[in-house]
Amino acid sequence: MTDSKYFTTTRKGEIFELKAELNSDRKDKRKEAVKKVIASMTVGKDVSTLFPDVVNCMQADNLELKKLVYLYLMNYAKTQPDKAIMAVNTFVRDCEDPNPLIRALAVRTIGCIRVDEITAYLCDPLRKCLKDEDPYVRKTAAVCVAKLHDIDPLLVEEQGFLDMLKDLLADSNPMVVANAVAAMTEIGESAQTEAAARMLTWSGHLVNKLLTALNECTEWGQVFILDAVANYTPSEENEAQSMIERVCPRLAHANAAVVLSAVKVIMKLLELLTPGSDFVQSTVKKLSAPLVTLLSSEHEIQYVALRNINLIVQKRPEILKHELKVFFVKYNDPIYVKLEKLDILIRLTSAANIANVLAELKEYATEVDVDFVRKAVRAIGRCAIKVESAAERCVSTLLDLIQTKVNYVVQEAIVVIKDIFRKYPNKYESVIGTLCENLDTLDEPEARASMIWIIGEYAERIDNADELLESFLDGFADEQTSVQLQLLTAVVKLFLKRPTDTQELVQRVLSLATQEADNPDLRDRGYIYWRLLSTDPAAAKQVVLAEKPLISEETDLLEPSLLGELVCHIGSLASVYHRPPSAFVDGRVAAQRKGLPSRAPTLAEATGAADAGAEVVPTDNAQNAKPAVSVIPTQDSLIGDLLDIDMSGGGGGSGITQQSAAPAVPSQSNAMDLLGDGLDSLLGLGGPAPQQPPQQQPAVGGGSGVDALADIFGGLSATPSAQAGFTPQLESWLPAQRGKGMQIDGRFLRRGAQLQMELQVRNNAMQQLSGFAIQFNKNSFGLAPAQPLSLNPLAPMQTATTLLPLHTKGQVQKMEPLLNLQVAVKNNIDVFYFSCLVPIHVLFTEEGGMDKRVFLSTWKDIPADSESQTSLGSYSHSPDSVSNLLQSCNVFTIARRSVDGIEMLYQSMKLCNGILVLAELKISGGAFTLSLKSRHAEVYSGVQESYLKILKSSN
Amino acid sequence: MIGGLFVYNHKGEVLISRVYRDDIGRNAVDAFRVNVIHARQQVRSPVNMIARTSFFHVKRSNIWLCAVSKKNLNAALVFQFLYKMLEVMGSYFGKINEENIKNNFVLIYELLDELLDYGYPQNTDTGVLKTFITQQGVKSQTKEETTKITNQVTGQIAWRREGIKYRRNELFLDVVESVNLLMSPQGQVLSAHVSGRVLMKSYLSGMPECKFGINDKVIVESRRAADSSSAAGATKSGHIAIDDCQFHQCVKLSKFDTEHAISFIPPDGEFELMRYRNTKDISLPFRVIPLVREIGRTKMEVKVVVKSNFKPSLLAQKVEVRIPTPLNTSGVQVICMKGKARYKASDNAIVWKIKRMGGMKEWQLSAEIDLLNATDKAKKWTRPPISMNFEVPFAASGFKVRYLKVFESKLNYSDHDVIKWVRYIGKSGLYETRC
Repeated sequence: MTDSKYFTTTRKGEIFELKAELNSDRKDKRKEAVKKVIASMTVGKDVSTLFPDVVNCMQADNLELKKLVYLYLMNYAKTQPDKAIMAVNTFVRDCEDPNPLIRALAVRTIGCIRVDEITAYLCDPLRKCLKDEDPYVRKTAAVCVAKLHDIDPLLVEEQGFLDMLKDLLADSNPMVVANAVAAMTEIGESAQTEAAARMLTWSGHLVNKLLTALNECTEWGQVFILDAVANYTPSEENEAQSMIERVCPRLAHANAAVVLSAVKVIMKLLELLTPGSDFVQSTVKKLSAPLVTLLSSEHEIQYVALRNINLIVQKRPEILKHELKVFFVKYNDPIYVKLEKLDILIRLTSAANIANVLAELKEYATEVDVDFVRKAVRAIGRCAIKVESAAERCVSTLLDLIQTKVNYVVQEAIVVIKDIFRKYPNKYESVIGTLCENLDTLDEPEARASMIWIIGEYAERIDNADELLESFLDGFADEQTSVQLQLLTAVVKLFLKRPTDTQELVQRVLSLATQEADNPDLRDRGYIYWRLLSTDPAAAKQVVLAEKPLISEETDLLEPSLLGELVCHIGSLASVYHRPPSAFVDGRVAAQRKGLPSRAPTLAEATGAADAGAEVVPTDNAQNAKPAVSVIPTQDSLIGDLLDIDMSGGGGGSGITQQSAAPAVPSQSNAMDLLGDGLDSLLGLGGPAPQQPPQQQPAVGGGSGVDALADIFGGLSATPSAQAGFTPQLESWLPAQRGKGMQIDGRFLRRGAQLQMELQVRNNAMQQLSGFAIQFNKNSFGLAPAQPLSLNPLAPMQTATTLLPLHTKGQVQKMEPLLNLQVAVKNNIDVFYFSCLVPIHVLFTEEGGMDKRVFLSTWKDIPADSESQTSLGSYSHSPDSVSNLLQSCNVFTIARRSVDGIEMLYQSMKLCNGILVLAELKISGGAFTLSLKSRHAEVYSGVQESYLKILKSSN
Repeated sequence: MIGGLFVYNHKGEVLISRVYRDDIGRNAVDAFRVNVIHARQQVRSPVNMIARTSFFHVKRSNIWLCAVSKKNLNAALVFQFLYKMLEVMGSYFGKINEENIKNNFVLIYELLDELLDYGYPQNTDTGVLKTFITQQGVKSQTKEETTKITNQVTGQIAWRREGIKYRRNELFLDVVESVNLLMSPQGQVLSAHVSGRVLMKSYLSGMPECKFGINDKVIVESRRAADSSSAAGATKSGHIAIDDCQFHQCVKLSKFDTEHAISFIPPDGEFELMRYRNTKDISLPFRVIPLVREIGRTKMEVKVVVKSNFKPSLLAQKVEVRIPTPLNTSGVQVICMKGKARYKASDNAIVWKIKRMGGMKEWQLSAEIDLLNATDKAKKWTRPPISMNFEVPFAASGFKVRYLKVFESKLNYSDHDVIKWVRYIGKSGLYETRC
């Protein structure tokens, strides 16, 4: 019974020998041979040439042998699709085998063979297995649906497997239910059609049933269910409360994954409850002990737990505030556990426990691991900043550590002492002397920069400050930029404090910074100082020696919306990396962001909000007035950005701005002029209309004519683009109830190299709307309006359409999802915020074409693993029409090839920010498959979506 | 979910490679070897991301066990699964080493097929797996047998099969506690906790329903509230306050939450019924008092006193004290009152072993350590803590089993017929005193 001998065969001609053995008459010999093949496969040898011989062994009755053959098939079927088809019959037969173990094995394996021809044969057996009498087969079939969905999502939807899967949720067997839940969750995350996505959302009724099944499931099944339940947000407080009560017992499970998933569900539901209520407090209390218990599990699990606790402590510090001691570092904890514990220790530090913490930190600072020691030293500094009463003790501890003369300890200590100075100015300057003694040992930029800052800041108290700075100046060119900048500022500070004897020094540093440095920041700062000093030294003093804002206590907290998202991912990788899933997962799933649910406001709060709204808007629709913040709930900070944009006068009635008042005629695009002409002649309004901006027409027409006009207007604006190829539908951006009566629909267009935003504004309010203006938030592609929004006052029930030309030179900030654009529209009533998705094809520039050779070399240059392939479904387009259609959207077909009736189109496109995307469009019998390659994988999902839209639009 | 699972030896050679998902290619196998196993610097995290692929690893002796995924999967579940897999493999072929893995690779592939489906953990219970996957290959089964197996693998009580019979119904309970301590040189307790486990070995017929009672405050009090008639009478102390407890999956958690009753149908044979943690009122069995004096640059004097702090009638066993010595130690002279003490150069420690030690005793060791003249100041000795190992025959937390009742309605044996054994063992966890 020693199988290790199979690993040792490395002779020549081995494959040939194996082939002979596989075809041997003797059963045992064949089995031996298959084992050898599997062993070779494991170590990475290519044994794919044996495919037919191995498949021949498949018919064997021996279950063990069968399993091995299946294993082989899963590995190599993809490389030999034509031969894999030979195995289909056996699979289908095995799916009918009287032995449930074999039926399950067959259905399990067949789902892993990703060959189109075989997939087609899979549907019938799978349907049977989903209704099999044996639970073991059913639970395997449930997972198989997820496998099939990964291969061909549309097939799964067409064949009604989703319904069957949903039926399994009511199965009598807990494991079948658990696997069905897992499959549904996975499919739900990547559902292709709206209908499917809707079908797979969890209803309250379903969640209720799952929670009942929880107790009977295996530990893994419990994790699947809890993770699925976490995606459901109950509508009422009572429901949330009863869910918490039912999930709480899981906290006592021995499996850490069950515990963490339960914690996730509870943390999310707590958001829906009235803060501070008894129930919330007692629940929070229940969470602490299980979390602490996780720290006595295996190190790797401890690490995952600690990363999560780090989040939980930031979200709800009260949970673990009394559990400080369990985060004390043990001597033989692995380093990753030590570093995490240290981080949490600092977060839990308060005036009450600072003495204990400080004693521990001092202990840690004498350990061996450099990173850990550094972090410990830094932690002491953070303690000082956090707890004022302990600052003095912290400083003296740091001084003790500096006395050890251990190089990295000293450097780290100096960096944190600088922060302490900034928090408590003019308090601990007595230690400067000690710091200066260690000047020579500093070799890290951060430490040097900190020390220089200290010297500059307290130049008047350091007698030899000029000498010290001069000594740094000698190696100015070799320093890093951060140090150079500090040095420049420090010398200027010194000069302003002691102008008499440091003139020479300041001139030297200014000339170094302005004439010899290549760094623009440094040069700019040098020039500014120079000019300040030469024109108005008094002003220079005010600027350079101005009082600095104190640094805040907690510097390394996660941004609240990110924290909220991560809490929704407790237990998962995202919570370990402390990064949202979109940052490390490819594909569509990443685009979905989770956020903590927000509590529905109570009655009192709602009226309060309405009152607040009414103050700003003294109009009739106060009942519609919601605080503007609720439009984009999770991203408070971004709203802040938007509000910072000067909207001249906020929401007041007097806000008729110069922007809207300015006639937009001169800069109007051609398309608009064209439309204007067309309109005039159509409506027969006559007169010298052409020189009038078309937007003013409605005002002239007035009344009922306006609606008709707007219709024609809308219709007309669509016409030219229809010739050009593809025009997206209008999307609803701002519903009337959210816009206090103003309704905005819109779309993005690209015409004649000009990017445009078409806005259709309808006034559903009872009063006139006027004073329109628009602003964009920073976005991924720097989109910004090229001219002010030109819209005339709108009477009630009137609709107007306008085209807003855009440029792409605005401020850039990466958004999530990438193509998200946040817009603020102002009128005489208020400012409204909405966000919309820019279809990526409007960003394709006209310069997207390239030479074939360039295409080929670029394609090769981009690593193969960044290629992304998706199936786009079937369409009736011919390759030519597709090519033309796409060309109209600036997708350039570079080359074309047809092999065995399969058409391949090679296409390229270039985004306005210069990102190149290469595509291979495969058309095989009406089925379209798209492979994309780019150095920026984040654009894939957008491009795929645009392809889908374009193809669907004219099918 | 898990996209692939690889097993490597210490050289980074692949022993087992099983890919579950299409997004994991063969290059992932090499990526982990190059970036983690062969990494120049020691890898400092059990989770690593290489080229947008996440690798989770666990190392057991010389074997690397690595799970791979490109999704945002449940990290806790992955590690929990990897440990479970080690456990399953261990129960099939003993020690996890290269030899055993190579010898059983067909078995491992078979297990992996059953443990994970499309990367989702399935049934991982060894007892159940052994009913249909054996080292001797697959047993031929009759139809009834296979349905029995499939029902069991997926069933509600996945951990126990029907129709078990014993002539003698017997059960063993071991309460095993490990006592953890971190003490400052001045004798202040920095942190102390007991992590306890209740191990049960059951040889019971049929499908017995068990009820387990312990002296936890919460459980006892809720019990008393339930039958208020007897509440007035018994106000015995001796209850302990357990911080947190966790149960084997056979325990009905919802029942525990509502009624504070521990009730379950046990798996056959040995399993861990319960795990608990306690931080209050721990009776620390030993106290170590260190005294370290550095005499000049080449000499150190160490005095260590060990005090036992339990009933004199009890006897501690396997007592061992490890006193770390500096790296530049050249020689050590040790004198101790009891037991044997030796300087182990390879461990950089003086190891003092005492076979047996009664309660309320106090023994001392003193040592003189000669040091080489240290040239490199930066390599300062960090004085690791003095650690201790021991085994005592009582539970340091005060944990007591109050009862374990067995009910089996279908077969005719009652609670009285079951032979029950209870044993308490207190062991040292990390029992350290800084010096």
